[in-house]
Amino acid sequence: VKFLSSRRRHPLAGLVVLVFGLVLTGSLYSAFRPASADQSSSDTQLISQGRRLFVASCSSCHGLNAEGVLSKHNTNFGPPLIGVGAAAVDFQVGTGRMPAARPGTQMEARTPVFTAEEIRALSAYVASLGPGPAIPSKNDYDTQGLTAEQIAQGGQFFRTNCTACHNYTGSGGTLLHGRYAPSLLGVNPVYVYEAMLTGPQAMPIFSDGVLAPQEKREIIGYLQSLQDQPGYGGSKLGGLGPVSEGLWGWGAGIGALILATVWISNNGGRVKKKGQ
Amino acid sequence: MSDLTSTNGHPLVEHPDRADGEPIPNPGLPEHQPRPTDVDPALERRAERQVAAMFGLATLLALAFCVCYFTIDPEATVFGYGALNLALGGTLGLTMLLIGVGAIQWARKLMTDHEIIEYRHPVRSSDEDREVALTQFRTGSAESGFGRRTLVRNSLLGALGVLGLPAVVLLRDLGPLPGTALEHTVWRRGVRIVNDVAGTPIKPEDVELGQLINAEPALFFPQQKPNGTVVPAEYEGTELNTEKAKAAVILVRMQESEIHPIKPQANWGYQGILCYSKICTHVGCPISLWEHQTHQLLCPCHQSTFDLAHSGRVIFGPAARSLPQLPIGIDSDGYLIAMHDFDEPVGPSYWERG
Repeated sequence: VKFLSSRRRHPLAGLVVLVFGLVLTGSLYSAFRPASADQSSSDTQLISQGRRLFVASCSSCHGLNAEGVLSKHNTNFGPPLIGVGAAAVDFQVGTGRMPAARPGTQMEARTPVFTAEEIRALSAYVASLGPGPAIPSKNDYDTQGLTAEQIAQGGQFFRTNCTACHNYTGSGGTLLHGRYAPSLLGVNPVYVYEAMLTGPQAMPIFSDGVLAPQEKREIIGYLQSLQDQPGYGGSKLGGLGPVSEGLWGWGAGIGALILATVWISNNGGRVKKKGQ
Repeated sequence: MSDLTSTNGHPLVEHPDRADGEPIPNPGLPEHQPRPTDVDPALERRAERQVAAMFGLATLLALAFCVCYFTIDPEATVFGYGALNLALGGTLGLTMLLIGVGAIQWARKLMTDHEIIEYRHPVRSSDEDREVALTQFRTGSAESGFGRRTLVRNSLLGALGVLGLPAVVLLRDLGPLPGTALEHTVWRRGVRIVNDVAGTPIKPEDVELGQLINAEPALFFPQQKPNGTVVPAEYEGTELNTEKAKAAVILVRMQESEIHPIKPQANWGYQGILCYSKICTHVGCPISLWEHQTHQLLCPCHQSTFDLAHSGRVIFGPAARSLPQLPIGIDSDGYLIAMHDFDEPVGPSYWERG
C-alpha cells in the first residue's frame, strides 16, 4: 500500500490507470459480450449465400423475391414463400421434392440436390423473408423416453388426424386428381414433424397451437412403433388393405387350389398294355 | 321300339340302322391302360416309398410343432415375422399338406385302378316301397289317434302356432324406432369445439391458413372451468359413441376471399374458419381427407368429393347431399363455439328423410 500511495502523484500514474482500465474493460467485454455478435455476421453470410442459391435454382417458379409466380389461369405456378418458414424449405429441399424437376400434379421425394449446408443457407434465406415455423430441434421429434401410454395416445392422434390419407399402417394412399399421400414408413422423423408443421402440397397444416409439439412427438413415436412391429400375422403385403390382400387371395390362393384340382383329377402317366 | 319315349314325353325318333334306336353308337369305356406302377414292380416300390416318406415327414413335422410350441419365445422374430407363428403355422400346415398329398399320391399310383360304370337310379321309388310307406303312415296315424283325438291334436297345433309369437316379439329388440334422433346432434349454441383425442378448446388465432382440425363437441371431454374446477364429460359409454358418431366435425381455414357460400351459410364461418360434419352423406364414412390447396374433401370409401369453399357441395362421387355445415362463432373467452345445431340431419340419407 505504501508503494502505491507514495507513487500516486507520479507523472506516469494517470497513464498506468488508463491502460489498466482499458485492459479491464476489454477483457470483461470479451468475457461477457453477447454470444450472437459473431453469429449474426455468419447468419448474414448464410442468408446471402441462400439468396444466391435461391435466385439460381428457385426463382424461375417462386419469383426473384420469393413473391410467387402465377400461371396463365391465375393459379399458383410457384407459391409465394414469404412466411413459409425454414421448416418448409428444409422439408421440401431436404426430401428432394424441390427443386422440382418439372411441373406436375405432385412433387415426389427424390435424392436431395443440395447439400446439408446449402439447405441450411436456403432455409435461412427464406426464414429471413417473414416469420414462419423454424426447423424443429432434435428434442421436438426425438422419441426417446416416450412411455407406452404416450405411444398409444400417439396412435389415437394418428388414427384421428392422419389415417384418412396415409392409411392405418402409414403406408400412404390415393388423393384427388392423381395425387397421393406418400408412405410414412422409413421417413426421417424431422421431415414428418416438418410436414405436420408446414402442410406441404395438398397436405393440411397441423399447427402447434392445435396439435401440441408433445402430441406430434407422440405421433412420431407411434409411427416408429408401427414400423418396428414384427409381422406376427405373417407378411403385411405392403399394409395396403383389401387391395393387396384380395390380389393375393384371389391370385395366389385360388390359383393354387385350381392347380391342385388339376393335379388330383389328372389321369397320370399310362403305358400301352403289356404284350402289345 | 315304338314304346321308347324321352323324358319330356315326345317319342324318340327311331334310327333305322340301329337296334337300340340311338342315332350314335354308345362308345363305351375307353380301353383300359395300366399305369407304369402297375407293370413295373420297381416303380411300384418307389411310389410306395414316396407315399410312406410323406406320411413319415408329416409325423416328424407334427412332433416339431409340439417342440416349437414349447421352445420358441413368443417375442422372437425371424426375417421380421413372429418366429413362433411362423414355426407353428409352417409345421402344422406342412403336416396336413403332406398327409393330403400322400393320400392322393397313394390313390393315383397304388390303389386299384379299373374303370367302373355306375348308373343313376331313378328318383321315383318302386311301387312296393311307396305302398309300404303309405301303409306305415296310415297305421301310425290310426294308432296315435291323431285324427280321432281332436282335443289333443288341436291343443298341440295351438301350442305350435303360438310358439311363433316369441320370435315375432323378439323383433322389438331391433327398435325402438329412432324417432327424431337422426335429425339432431348434441351441438347446441355455446358448445365449445375441441380438438379430438386431446379435448383442448381451440382459439381462432391458433388455426392457420390451410389448417385441418378433427374436432368434437366439448361435451365429450372433461373441461376445465376458468376457476380451476374440472367439469366431467357429459356423455360416456355407449351413449358417447352414439353421439360421437353424429357430432364429429372438421374445422378448416382458408382465405375468406376464396369462400363462396350459398346464401344461408354466408355467415356460418368465422374469419375463414369453416366447420363441417365429418360424416359422409353417402354411407357415413368419417372423412378428413382434406386437400387445402383445392379446398376439396374426399371420402376414401367411395370417392365422394365435397367442395368446402362452396358450402360443401358435392362435385364428384355417389353422395347426393352437400356436407352439412355447422355455424360457428367465439365465446367470451375467445374460444370457437357452435352457434346452433346442424340445420339438417348429418350422415347418410334415410327413408323418412325423402
